[in-house]
Amino acid sequence: MTCEELLKALNDYVDDEATLAVCREFADHLAGCNPCQVVVDNIRNTIRLYKAGKPYPMPAEFSARLRDALRARWEETRSGPGKRPGRE
Amino acid sequence: MSERNAAPTADPDLDLLRQARAGDFAAFEELVGRFQGRVYGLAYRILGEPHDAEDATQQTFLSLVEHLRDFREESAVAGWVLRIAANHSLKQLRKRRGLPTVPLTDPAGEDEGYAEVPHPEVIAPWRDDPADLAERHEVRELIDRALAELDDKYRTVFVLRDIEGFSVKEAADLLGLSESNVKVRLLRARLTLREKLTRVLGDEAARVLPDHRHP
Repeated sequence: MTCEELLKALNDYVDDEATLAVCREFADHLAGCNPCQVVVDNIRNTIRLYKAGKPYPMPAEFSARLRDALRARWEETRSGPGKRPGRE
Repeated sequence: MSERNAAPTADPDLDLLRQARAGDFAAFEELVGRFQGRVYGLAYRILGEPHDAEDATQQTFLSLVEHLRDFREESAVAGWVLRIAANHSLKQLRKRRGLPTVPLTDPAGEDEGYAEVPHPEVIAPWRDDPADLAERHEVRELIDRALAELDDKYRTVFVLRDIEGFSVKEAADLLGLSESNVKVRLLRARLTLREKLTRVLGDEAARVLPDHRHP
């Protein structure tokens, strides 16, 4: 496996999308290459950490503004002068 | 992401969407309540600052008001909403860059290769599990900063694919890129973030040194 093939395979391997043949070749390589094994684990941990991240709190002031804007657009599209055909 | 492929009958948001489509504003507000955190989070991660994230979030839900009738029930409601959110976030990003219609592609429009992908330098297992790390305030700051420091073209791919769970094809469609370009950018983003985080979170005592140059 060349370096470039390994890099290409790395993404698919992390995503469990590698073909069986590539997967086997990659696994064979990992079995004999501890640094590669650690890099794969690091990447998986990186993705897990970002996925586990808590949501960003939406500012309360913006929540209120958003609600008002949505209500206004809702009324406008359903009953106001800007009513669009087929909306009711 | 399973919810994107869920059968419509199993979609927990479909009833609300149907009620909203029939004119029930309270149902629509409940739908907004379910998704606003995820929409704002997606926008914030792509745009990196609150005001632009608010604009993209507002545009997303205003679009929803306009396009409720266009939802064909062929995908999960969550996937539909997040696709609209991704579109508005990317639109805002392009606007900020002064590129109103140009996709986030390189000027040459050519596929990027793997030759320039950075090689791992600090290789060490992490001291703690990601689930535990995610609870720590200083780790949140670290991962936010690392993500914000990525170039737009790498950050967008990482956010869409690895955080939000879009497929490579969906991310490619949203960004106007080829799937192979998405994969190369994703690899670069993953390796860059891995390097930054491992420098802080890796166990120095267990650091390993490669005997040859490759990841």
